[in-house]
Amino acid sequence: MKFGSISESRREFLRLTTGAALLRACPALAQHAPKPAPADRKVVVVTFGGGARDEETFMPDGQENIPNLLNLLLPRATFFSQVINRGILGHYVATASLATGAYESFNNFADVRPSNPTVFEYYRRDRKRPASDAWVIAPSNGFRLIGESGHKLYGNGSGAGVILPKRLLSAALGASASDADKHLLVDNYETPLYAPAMAGDLEQLNRMASILKLSMADFTAHARTLASPDELSVFLAQRLMRELSPSLLWITLHDIDIAHSGAYSLYIEGIRSTDRLCAELWRTIEKDPEYAGKTNLFILPDFGRDGDTDSGGNGFQHHRTGDTLSRTTWMIAMGPGFRENAVVDRPIESIDLVPTLGALLRFQPSLSRGKPITELVPA
Amino acid sequence: MTPAQLKPESFQHYQPQARSMAERHLALLQTLPLSFLSLLLREVIAYDRKFPSERRELDYQFSYLASLPEAAREKELAPFRAIRVGGDLQRLDWVDQPARFSEALSAHLWSTHQIDEFHGAAIAYMDRATVAVPPLLPKMPRLTVVIIGQGVSKTNFALFRKLRAYGVFFTNVDPEGGLSTIAEWLGRRAAEVPDRYAHWFISGGAELSPAQSEFTSISYEALAQPRAAMSTVLRKSFESGMGSEAIRTRLAAMEPADIGLSATGSDAAATWFQLSLLSEGSGTQIFSTSFVQWAAREALRRAHPVTMVCRYTPRVRSSSMKDLLTPDPAKAPVMDAEGSLMDADMGAYQTWLNVQRLPGAGEGKFLCWFEGHGQLLAIAPEWKPGTQENRPTTFRQLAQDLQLS
Repeated sequence: MKFGSISESRREFLRLTTGAALLRACPALAQHAPKPAPADRKVVVVTFGGGARDEETFMPDGQENIPNLLNLLLPRATFFSQVINRGILGHYVATASLATGAYESFNNFADVRPSNPTVFEYYRRDRKRPASDAWVIAPSNGFRLIGESGHKLYGNGSGAGVILPKRLLSAALGASASDADKHLLVDNYETPLYAPAMAGDLEQLNRMASILKLSMADFTAHARTLASPDELSVFLAQRLMRELSPSLLWITLHDIDIAHSGAYSLYIEGIRSTDRLCAELWRTIEKDPEYAGKTNLFILPDFGRDGDTDSGGNGFQHHRTGDTLSRTTWMIAMGPGFRENAVVDRPIESIDLVPTLGALLRFQPSLSRGKPITELVPA
Repeated sequence: MTPAQLKPESFQHYQPQARSMAERHLALLQTLPLSFLSLLLREVIAYDRKFPSERRELDYQFSYLASLPEAAREKELAPFRAIRVGGDLQRLDWVDQPARFSEALSAHLWSTHQIDEFHGAAIAYMDRATVAVPPLLPKMPRLTVVIIGQGVSKTNFALFRKLRAYGVFFTNVDPEGGLSTIAEWLGRRAAEVPDRYAHWFISGGAELSPAQSEFTSISYEALAQPRAAMSTVLRKSFESGMGSEAIRTRLAAMEPADIGLSATGSDAAATWFQLSLLSEGSGTQIFSTSFVQWAAREALRRAHPVTMVCRYTPRVRSSSMKDLLTPDPAKAPVMDAEGSLMDADMGAYQTWLNVQRLPGAGEGKFLCWFEGHGQLLAIAPEWKPGTQENRPTTFRQLAQDLQLS
């Protein structure tokens, strides 16, 4: 399957279901150029965690899994139907590539910082913003270094704060954690059996509890009402928005990656839950006066999953073949200055996100290899 | 070490048949690029524990390479020679540990952005090599039966959604005696074509009772002890701080005895196969549905069965955070029958796709039955795809119509 045919299918489906207009990159686009950026513009980026395929999302059979994306968000968004990831298809390295705007090439399982400067470092340095203004909420220990690069011109505390919700919960539960609790705190889904999360960091927990004005008792009590680790991530994101109102917030959802266990129903459940959480985040943005009317929300998977017909893979379960389906994703962009109910079908790359954020938030991502997305920001 | 430096004694740690094969083709192996050679050796080193169909394919692959004139072989291998393999990789023991080398090679290909070139070269090579292998058609039309939905009394789930376009959707099959009839088909076919590993029963629960030796039987329940042993190995590995890649390497080096399987009998291939299901599969250790799907995929890919019956059973429920944070140790594991039906329905589709990759697939028959119910999807070359049949029928009648009896 070619990249183009995937895009065509998505576009046709969206046209039929939402009546979305096709927005082509052309000179006439100038008339749709975004309005001048509000000086206090904020950006929230959500990675649609763990990778989801077209078949289970934007194809006709998948529409039942994403009612919120389709009915609530898409009518108010510009939809990019062909976002290609030409990098390594491992979640940490791919998310790092998204955050640096350059294809990182480190070992996905290595405990290393991105080698290129991150969007958080560009933003904070160029805009002279404090540490409290850029945050990442990440799903597993493997992401703990994503907030800041190892680049010699950056780093040294110039990046984003990284919150690892499972690790916080692990610290909060402490010695009282039962075997069942430990199962909950699985670190990632890419090993044959679940890897346990690293021991919680009590110092970080206390620091975060202070920042979020949240007692350990409240934190664990609230966790007991939640259905999944991603719900915990969104809960902490909302808390962060309420207490610190960061201008650059990056949330990496990950429940969908349960697909690695091979249970299709759990993969679908992950998509439905992620769909719901994306809508919840948008509602939070719209309700919060610090965010309403001045926040752009970007939602995109880090990459897809293997197609059914590639004999080297096992369908939805993994993302190992590097086939077209696993490299092709989509992106939803919404908020002030962006066209609503529009579809862009030209191919863009996932590394184009950072230069686009640079244009929106007025920083220079000088080492990014991507290009600003002209349908969202002036060329 | 470079491929050109290979000698007969390089293979002294290989098992007898693998060593013999490597020595026989030494001159050829010495000329192959490392990125290609390591993958070939990964197959060769396991030759003694492979299924007959796998051995045949490997034999033919060597014949194919040897049959090519030198210029043609160089052209065939050129894309692999173009792959840059760093010095660190070359220093790994790619002769005795080709699987470990392959993992490192894979990581290298991703990180150096050569994975697409390699993937393309491998597919193109396999396409040509496969054409050179005369297809081994089954001695009878293949029959694959997938039984799904055990424990579900009623559902709103749209069954067989992905398969319906390819077959006839029966809505009114008398379920009485369905399982025993399917077991009869399996036994009769195994008796008619008594080739080893030609007939399989794969179960998410128990084996068929009474046990039958005419076909290969793999069951989730029978592997309870090895699964527990595998979980212990993994837990200890995690607790020792071993990373994901190191754990994979460790799993690749495991032997059946490490998890209590005996490989000393006459059925070594099946025993190693069972180990591979638990050491290479994801989720096969914890979910019976993942176990059945992966076992079917691997059996089809490796053993090319003529008959395969897969029976899904409910898997344990994946606990929500709420349940996990307030556990009740007195409670037995809760099963998720409805979720398992959905898993199995997708598993049936994946199994059908895998069957399509085998020689003679076009003549084969494929059934997927909602166990205990009247809904069944049948795919057969003589039947019109994408149709629905609402008239009452029975398994006996279906067997007649499909010429299974």
